[in-house]
This record gives sequence, C-alpha cells and structure tokens, in this order.
Amino acid sequence: MSALIEFEGFNKFFGDQQVLKAVDLQVRRGEVVVILGPSGCGKSTLLRCLNGLESADGGHLRLGGEELLAPGTDWRQVRQRVGMVFQSYHLFGHMSVLDNLLLGPLKVQKRQRHEALAQAQALLARVGLLDKRDAYPRQLSGGQQQRIAIVRSLCMNPEVMLFDEVTAALDPEMVKEVLQVIQGLARDGMTLLIVTHEMAFARAVADRIVFMDAGRILEQNDPESFFSNPQTARAQQFLEKFSYMESLPKKMPAKELS
Amino acid sequence: MASSGLELLLVSLPQLGRGAAQTLAISALGIVFSTLGGVAYGVLASLNRRGLNLVLRVYLELFRAIPVLVWLYLLFFGLPIFFALSIPSFWCAVLVLSLWGSSEVGEVVRGALRSLPLGQREAGLSIGLSAWQLYGYVLLPQALKRMTPPTINIYTRIIKTSSLAVLIGVVDVIKVGQQIIERTYESVLIYGVLFLFFFFICYPLSAASRALERRWTHA
Amino acid sequence: MSFDVAFILSTLPAFLKAVGVTLQVGLIAIVTSLLVALVNAAILVYRTPYLQRVVQLYVELARNTPLLIQLFFVYFALPSLGLKISGFAAAIITMTFLGGAYLTEVLRAGVEAVPRAQLESGRSIGLSEAQLLWHVILPQAGLLSLPSLFANFVFLLKETTVVSAVAVPEILYTTKSYIALYYKTYEMLAVLTLICVLLFLPLSLLLRYLEGRLQHGQFGS
Repeated sequence: MSALIEFEGFNKFFGDQQVLKAVDLQVRRGEVVVILGPSGCGKSTLLRCLNGLESADGGHLRLGGEELLAPGTDWRQVRQRVGMVFQSYHLFGHMSVLDNLLLGPLKVQKRQRHEALAQAQALLARVGLLDKRDAYPRQLSGGQQQRIAIVRSLCMNPEVMLFDEVTAALDPEMVKEVLQVIQGLARDGMTLLIVTHEMAFARAVADRIVFMDAGRILEQNDPESFFSNPQTARAQQFLEKFSYMESLPKKMPAKELS
Repeated sequence: MASSGLELLLVSLPQLGRGAAQTLAISALGIVFSTLGGVAYGVLASLNRRGLNLVLRVYLELFRAIPVLVWLYLLFFGLPIFFALSIPSFWCAVLVLSLWGSSEVGEVVRGALRSLPLGQREAGLSIGLSAWQLYGYVLLPQALKRMTPPTINIYTRIIKTSSLAVLIGVVDVIKVGQQIIERTYESVLIYGVLFLFFFFICYPLSAASRALERRWTHA
Repeated sequence: MSFDVAFILSTLPAFLKAVGVTLQVGLIAIVTSLLVALVNAAILVYRTPYLQRVVQLYVELARNTPLLIQLFFVYFALPSLGLKISGFAAAIITMTFLGGAYLTEVLRAGVEAVPRAQLESGRSIGLSEAQLLWHVILPQAGLLSLPSLFANFVFLLKETTVVSAVAVPEILYTTKSYIALYYKTYEMLAVLTLICVLLFLPLSLLLRYLEGRLQHGQFGS
C-alpha cells in the first residue's frame, strides 16, 4: 500500500549545518503521526519542507506518489493539498475572520463565493466561533485565533494538515480548546502530522509517535510502546524531562481529553 | 503699493495660474510615478535577492549622493549628448523627480514591508497564494499604515523640489512670476505670493502626515 | 565624440576652488543653523510663551517652502526694500533659514526622546535646572539626535547646489559656466558627477553606518 506522504533519504542544510539527515518517513492516508523530540532536532523543519517553506537539499519527498523535489513542482498546488498551522497563528491582521478564511478559497481556488462561505461558516460553527466571523484577529484571544487559523487551512480542503507546535504560544487555559479541535479532525479520519510538546495529547491522539534527535529519526512506535518502553537512550532521557508524565494514568480512557 | 499690488495680482492671476498648472502638473506626475516606482522598488528589495539588491542599492546611493539639481542638469544636458535623446525640460523634470522620488518612497516601502512579521508571508504562501496575491492581498495592505505618513512627507519634498524645474527652463509658476517682476518690479509681492503658494500646498500635507503618524504609528 | 582630458585638467584648479566654496557655504550654514536651532529648541523645550508660537510658525514656514523661493526672495526681493546683499550672503542667510528650522525639529525631538524619569531622578538628587540640562538632558539628547543631525548636515551640504542659481561659484555654477563658455558639456558633466560621488557618497555611506550603530542611542555599546 502506497503512502500519502513519503520522505526518503531526505536531507536539509542550514548553511554548513545539516538539520535533517537521511530522513525516511511514510505517512498513510488517515494516519495521525506525532513527531516528538528536543528543540532544534529538525521536527519543525521537516513540516516546513513538506509545505515548501524550506527547500530540500537532497533525497525524495513524495505526496500521493508524486515527487515534490522535481524542478517543475508547482508548490502553490501542493500547498492547497497540504494545510499548515503555525505556532503564532499568523492570521492576516487587516482582514476580518471571514475574509481570512475566504482569501484562499476565492483567490487561489477561484471557488464560488456562496459555496466557500457556507463551508467557512460550517467550520466556524464546528470550532464554536461562528459569532466571531466579523471580528478582527486583534479582538480575539490566542486560542480563538489559533482555532480560526486551523479553519483557514481546512477551508482549502487539504488532504493532510501540518501542526507546528500550535499550542506553544498559548496560555495554558487556551490549550485545551485548540487540542480538542485537532482531536476532532483525527477522529474524522484526517491525515495529520503534528509537532508538539504536549505529551499527554500526543499519547492520546497519535496512531504513531516519531522520535527525532539531531536531524535523525531515532525511533517510531505506537504511543503506548513509545511512552512505556522507549527503545533508545535519547528517547528515555527526553521522556524523563517530562517526569510529570508518570503521574498520568497509563491509558486515557476513551482517547479523549476531558 | 497696497491697492496697486492687489490690482497687479488680480491682473496677473491668469498668467500665474498657467505657470502654477505647470508646477502642479510636474509635481503630480512626479508623485504618481514615485509612488508606483517606490512600491516596485520596495517589493523588489523585500525579495532579498542578492544581485537585485545590489542593483537597487547602487540606484539608491546614486540618488542619495548626487543632489536632485545636479541630476536635472545631468539628464537635461546629458540625455541629448549620450543618447541623442532630446526631451522637453518639462518631462526631464518629471523624469528626475520620479527617479529620485521612487528611491525615497522605495526605501519607505521596503522598511514597512520588513517590519511585518515573517509569519504573514509564510501564512500567505501556505494557503497557496501567488507572489502577486501575497503582496496585493496580505503584505502591502498591512504595510500601508506604516508607509503612508513618511510617503506623504516625501510628496511635500517632491512638490518643493519641483521648483528647481525653472532652472532648466520650464515655464512654471516661478518663471511666470519672474516675468511679471521684470515688467513691474514688484519682487517682494510676487516672491511673497510664490512663497505662500508652496506653503499652502505643502503645509496641509505635512500636517496630515503628522496626524496620521500619531494616529497609526503610535497607536 | 572625443573626451578632452587636457581640458578637464585645465579646469581642475577652478573645480578645486569650487569644492572649497561648496564646503564653505555648507559648513558655515551648518554652524549658523545649529546656533539658530539651539536657541529655538530651548524656546520650544521650555515652552516660552509667545516666542514658542513664533518659533513654531518659523519652522513650518521654512520646512514647507522650497529653498529656491527662499533664496530668490532674499536675493531679489530684499534689495527692493533697501537691503542689498551678495549672492554668497544670500546663500548663507537662506540656508540658515532652512537649516535652522530642520535642526530645531531634530533637537526638540532629541530632548523629548529623553525619558521623563531621567528628569525626575535628576531633580530628586537636587540638580538645578541648568545642571539638569547640562549633565542629564543634553548628553542623552545629543546622542539620540546624532544620526538625524548628521543626516541634516549632509542634506544641507547637498542643498548648496541650489545656490548656484544666484551665481555663487560652487561646483554646479562652475560646471554651468564652463559649459556655457566652452561647450565641453560631456567633460564637465563627468567632472561634476565625479565630484558629487567623491564628496557626498562617503558622507551618505557614513550616515548609513551611523544610523545603524546609533539606532537606539545607547552609551557603553
């Protein structure tokens, strides 16, 4: 069975420094993969390469079997299939919520306004922010802005969503409302690639954990195996830093955040 | 002198008006072209391409180092010789003001674009916007507030600098004033009128620039 | 078209003198402008009644009118009121009128950029107003306004080309004279461009460096 996303021998340099070293990673359609690892291990760079925000320096990257590192790749097309949500939301400050959501569908995808609007409003309702459709980003809390940013990507009807530490800039009480939205997407069977430091969330939502360190993938496993029995010393050290993990129950009852 | 001065002014109004139209036309064209050129310069400079930046930098430094009046003479005398291209002094003035103004407005636009968070560019790209759409819908609209007050200030400098056109033979409001003085010797009155003519165009613009800056930049 | 090098060499002494005149007009105007600006800035900072309004009016008038009109007014209009002056004097007067206004704004902005807490802590240790000005405000305001002061000096030096319009024999006037006398347009424009680049480009680059260094105007860095 062919993977939706396929990194193969993937390399990336920043100047002289190699930040991704021969990365091999396959993600199946409908799979939820959470990438963990210490800061600077290359996990965010991996996501950004998949969205064309960073250019690769070697290897293969395929989306639906199609090579993306070929010279003729139309990244504008790829980006419509690969949604990306950032740590600092990056909503367009001069536009209302609805205008933020409709910019891509109307200008990039040239869709009918009434159809795109209906979708945007349905998604807004789903994240509980329909009443904010005419608000401007600065009038919203961080958690609200991040939920809007997720909807902005969803409005493009992507095949996969990338989440780059989307709760790292949020106040603790707003983390839950964002994670619940992501969990809802996972439950709907959407393909998700998530970089996060929320261990409990990773354990609850992931089909597979990918652990990276110093630009390499050191191990991949299902969440229970990874958290209870990490195979590498680096992963053990990493998990020990999140020692509060031990006070958490072994298995979260319904794979759900309460 | 009071009554005769007023009379002279009234009689000269049509003539002064024609000169003023020339001055205003040079200024207006200079402002329009400087704005267009400046936005182009600013966008190109924000792309951060090494070769392109070098070209823009040389262009900027040449217009910063060589005074506008010298540029006027260089093109007015130089274009016919070097390129066998004879352009009327009116268009020579418009050309110089536009080239100079573009470099000044361009630096403002570049600075305003650079002040935007990098994430705005990335968020725009990540939903598949083209470069044109990215600048047109996301980056330039957000840079607008920051670049408007200083750009209006450059407009006043373009208007003031348009006065130099008289020195390469444009029959502008100053030249017309000088012709009236040659007939009437009313130099204080006429130069006073010219002084106020420029003041009443430039002062409102300066005041608007300051008001906008207070409201937008410090809010 | 031939490039008459011998002719260029023969004009060099004259151009050297012209550069001298440009620098002379520019430097004198910078000094006189600074004096005018210091007085004006003091009036504005201490909110001297009435005088404050006069200074504000002066600054707006000078900043919102072209140097050329100011120059023509001084050189051509004042004589008809019985004040006859040379082109050189007219140049200095006009450039001081313009430069004084610009520098007033620079100094005022510099003083206002000194945090209020600095004044309060100065007063709290018992400094007199004069001591406060000399030891606390001026050193910091001076540093804060250094880049814009220097930018305005360069601006004034470049503006001296405008006084060629009243026959002050600076670089542009000298160029025009030679072109009119000998029709060596090609050569003279080249010399003029070269002088501008040699004279103003280093200043312009130095200014950019200063702006980069002193952007935040801090001591000890």
